Amino acid sequence: MKALAARRHDRRAPIVLLLLALLLTGGLYAALAPSASAAAPTTASADDIAKGKQLFEANCSTCHGPSAAGTGSGPSLIGVGAAAVDFQVGTGRMPAAMDGPQIEAKPVQFSQDQINQLAAFVASLGPGPSVPTEEQVDPSKGDPATGMALFRTNCAMCHNAVGAGGALSRGKFAPNLWSTSPTHLFEAMLTGPQSMPVFNNANLTPDEKRDIIAFIDQQGGAAPGGLDLGALGPVSEGLWAWVVGLGLLIGAAVWIGAKSS
Amino acid sequence: MSTHDNGHEAGHDVVVHDGDALPARFENPGFEKHHPRMGDLDEGANKKSERIVVGLFAISILGTLFFLIAYFAWPPGTNAASMRRSNVALGLGLAFALLGIGVAAIHWAKALMNDHEKAEERHEQRSDDETRAGAIEVLKDGAADSAIGRRGVLKGAMITALAVFPLPIVLALVGNIGEDWNIGQLKHTMWKKGTRLATDPLGRPVRAADVTIGSVWHIIPEGLEKQEHPLDEKAKAVVLLLRLDPRDIKREQGEGWSYDGIMAFSKICTHVGCPVALYEQQTHHLLCPCHQSTFDITDGAKVVFGPAKRPLPQLPITVDDEGYLVAQSDFHEPVGPSFWERLK
Amino acid sequence: MSTTAAPTRTERLAAGTADYLDQRTGLGAAVKTFARKIFPDHWSFLLGEIALYSFITLIISGIFLTMFFVPSMNETVYHGPWASLDGVQMSEAFASTLRLSFEVRGGLLMRQIHHWAALIFMAAIVTHMFRIFFTGAFRKPRELNWLVGFTLLILGLLAGFSGYSLPDDVLSGNGLRIADGVALAVPIIGTYASYLLFGGQFPGQDLIPRLFTVHILVVPGLILALIGLHLFFVVLHKHTQYPGSGRSNKNVVGYPLFPIYVAKAGGYFFLVFGVIALMGATMAINPVWNYGPFDPSPVSAGAQPDWYMLFLEGALRLMPGQAEVVIGGFTLSLNIIVPAMIVPGLLFTGLAIYPFLEAWVTGDNREHHLLDRPRNRPFRTAFGVSLLVAFFILVLAGSNDLIATHFHLSINDITWVFRFLLFLGPWFAFWVTKRVCLGLQRKDRELVLHGHETGRIVRFASGEYIEVHKPLDAHERWIRVQHDGIRPLEIEPAEDSRGVRRKGYRIDRVRQRISKVFYEDRVEPVTPAELAAAHSHGEHDALAAGDAHAEVTAGVGAGHASDHRDELAADARDH
Repeated sequence: MKALAARRHDRRAPIVLLLLALLLTGGLYAALAPSASAAAPTTASADDIAKGKQLFEANCSTCHGPSAAGTGSGPSLIGVGAAAVDFQVGTGRMPAAMDGPQIEAKPVQFSQDQINQLAAFVASLGPGPSVPTEEQVDPSKGDPATGMALFRTNCAMCHNAVGAGGALSRGKFAPNLWSTSPTHLFEAMLTGPQSMPVFNNANLTPDEKRDIIAFIDQQGGAAPGGLDLGALGPVSEGLWAWVVGLGLLIGAAVWIGAKSS
Repeated sequence: MSTHDNGHEAGHDVVVHDGDALPARFENPGFEKHHPRMGDLDEGANKKSERIVVGLFAISILGTLFFLIAYFAWPPGTNAASMRRSNVALGLGLAFALLGIGVAAIHWAKALMNDHEKAEERHEQRSDDETRAGAIEVLKDGAADSAIGRRGVLKGAMITALAVFPLPIVLALVGNIGEDWNIGQLKHTMWKKGTRLATDPLGRPVRAADVTIGSVWHIIPEGLEKQEHPLDEKAKAVVLLLRLDPRDIKREQGEGWSYDGIMAFSKICTHVGCPVALYEQQTHHLLCPCHQSTFDITDGAKVVFGPAKRPLPQLPITVDDEGYLVAQSDFHEPVGPSFWERLK
Repeated sequence: MSTTAAPTRTERLAAGTADYLDQRTGLGAAVKTFARKIFPDHWSFLLGEIALYSFITLIISGIFLTMFFVPSMNETVYHGPWASLDGVQMSEAFASTLRLSFEVRGGLLMRQIHHWAALIFMAAIVTHMFRIFFTGAFRKPRELNWLVGFTLLILGLLAGFSGYSLPDDVLSGNGLRIADGVALAVPIIGTYASYLLFGGQFPGQDLIPRLFTVHILVVPGLILALIGLHLFFVVLHKHTQYPGSGRSNKNVVGYPLFPIYVAKAGGYFFLVFGVIALMGATMAINPVWNYGPFDPSPVSAGAQPDWYMLFLEGALRLMPGQAEVVIGGFTLSLNIIVPAMIVPGLLFTGLAIYPFLEAWVTGDNREHHLLDRPRNRPFRTAFGVSLLVAFFILVLAGSNDLIATHFHLSINDITWVFRFLLFLGPWFAFWVTKRVCLGLQRKDRELVLHGHETGRIVRFASGEYIEVHKPLDAHERWIRVQHDGIRPLEIEPAEDSRGVRRKGYRIDRVRQRISKVFYEDRVEPVTPAELAAAHSHGEHDALAAGDAHAEVTAGVGAGHASDHRDELAADARDH
């Protein structure tokens, strides 16, 4: 301690203290903050619905109306189903924060139990798509070949061939899918959030949805050819050809032309 | 100037003594002094450079060995990770094998080879007058020997024959290269009255009741896979099926072409033919990802942004007695990009 | 090398081979002329070599690929290690590409080397071409070589486009669809052009085999022939050189081919191939298994061609659609003709004819073997920069959806911005570049007339402060004064002494007007008279007698006892 005290006036002391403080707060947050778990409920109790109603009134009714029938700021939630709530709240899109071309995913504000309660409440308002079971979204049970065939016809034009994301009009965009959970993928297809169209179970059957999930599950990992450069296609490849390829070669040319010492 | 002469002669390259004329332009000062390299002055430095060159060649040889070993030790395997390992190992081996030689050769040239500059004279590109005269002479002699002088008909015949002889080859090539040249095919697709709409790519027929508001279905004609050239037909026949609330539809391309808010449009962009596949559910816009042509579905697929001019042709649809969606007829205009005789 | 001892085995072998060949070919003459040919040394002269060596890399890797690729559109079913495509129907072309990538050892490496080499080939051509442009290396006698190089650029575009379309995947297939749409837009013969290219309807059965022949035979053959011609011209004309001490329009200063450039240029080939191999080893490119086999229905977000075609893509994206018109029942798709044919036509024609335009406008028909410093030709440099800016804006416009997702912007706003920038950008770039060039020239003049500021302040007894300037030595100065200041063309008067209007006056007047645009704004190089004048009233540069010697001695070069006499000698020395 003496050694530390002797250095308390060191120039670098404030920096060290700052780093320690950051580590402490970060560590505490990581340990104590609620995490989004993947478990989805299959049944809801009356208790869940009541708790969900409370959560709804506190967090959602401002925009969606006290009876979830919608206001100017938010659409009606009657009939959207538990799946929509699980997706929107589970990915942090809801409660919506900022105005912008579209509502983006952000850190999840509720625990999975709370999300289940909200979902139970909204589901009780009117029949709608329900949260899929674990088996329905298990990637190991899906066929990635069928998944790819369906994905490239129905999804790649917005989300890119491997789900890296893509542009829509007027600042909207289809997000990257690589870190989206299988359950949320299923729910998004089923409920068609924001600009995304609805892919009901007649258009893409639950098995076909699972095939697509199996395909996406394989994406975003190691590319056989090396670094995948974002999987964005020829534009990024061209950029790297100039930056790395020509950059190195012109650098080498300058070296060749320089007088040796 | 004379007051400065003593003190400033040294500072001026152009010393003016009264009476001398200055040159109009500066003159080339000639070569700069040659600066020897460390390796030219110090034997130790020279040896060090030599060792570096040898080391670089050694790296190259190691790279080659690494490639040869990796080729047998690490096959591509069956998953992306093993393929990547094989690619990286083989590639790095090859890269070092090559870079080693390259860097060695260049370092050798820079550090060890004679670095004194030399000059060579340039000669005017033009041949001198004597040679030119000689060239003209020999051409004249040749022309005289050829007996072509003043034989206009002969010249004309020769030129004509030489000009037209390639035509047989060109005709045979160009004539056959378009196969049947049946450009009328561009105006029709395989949709006919009663053809069922089926999902792309699995070919399931679609019931009207399954098409909910906000959904988009990618559609092919039923029976596409039985065609002789399925992709050729698909390239004209793909369709997008959507459902709107009928109150949202401001305008349609034809009376009764939709069914209870369900509308079908050609998926082939009228700009240059990409699939117009993006559907923005909330704005009811179809967006083509290639050049961002945007079509408003509520307004007869009119173009609202981008380089397309014409709306996407609408496919008239109805339901058959089992509730499946069917076409009423083919499209009422050619699908896809515009061409010269499109309206004829 | 001379030896007094008996020749070694190697020497005897070499001598024997040389003798054998010489007796049959007279090779001695060529060896004598070319082995020690002098080439000048500058890094910017290696840019063309990047293109040459990447082309050789393309040929080597390309031959490997042809051993495994099947150029056929016949349908087959894939069974192989890639799970997402197992059991899927696809063309033989696509299936063989998958097999080549996943099952042939080193196959993926060769494919990636081939594709990276293609991107670098085109990048090197563009860089090299602009080096030629900015240094005026296209002037007489090299105008023909400029045209050869320009043709190589176009052939390179064709080679690349045909090449990346060969795997028959969705991404390149959509590119072909766009090409078909552009062909259809050609007035009168468009539909026939489309049928000609595809052998009937799109996509047809003939396309991939035809592209294969174009890609491995027709275009490479033409490229090889033209490269041969291109290099022949370089040897015939001798390489240009940058101005400098000892270098003139009548000599070439540098190093001999053997051994210096055999080592440097030969070594550079290994570097280029090595860097491309490094990229092929570590950076994935064109993963066709992610796009899937071609089908006219799917399309991916981020649908772009390879970078060198992006200028066309951008032009197509920027053009508003209202431009399509119907005349007498016939459709004239100006919304495609303008961006795909007229805009590139203008840009490329401008590039191709520039040497001839400049020669016409300057009336200069001397041979030029000394390169220009870009700042000394403000109009040319500004023109080149504005062409580059126009191309670059089109390239960015072609990537507008990726810009939108990366920077969270509206793709519609980006498109509108680029529509304006396409016209305003080059104009502004021209103006800025020209001003920068003139400014740099003025700086050069300043430096020559007044020397380097040493930062040493000296105070005279009279109370005056001056900063000591160190004059440039002859070598530093030469590079800044050696160029010609080109003036606008002077033409003969409109009417001769008797008032008769001269024939051809109109054309001359046009020529003079353009010449004024080129050269009215100019900064001319310092002449000896101007330098003398500057020194005569540059008393603030004067120092007390003793100091002056010391100062300048230190400045001109260490260890020279009588440096001022060296300076005079340098001027008197003839080159």
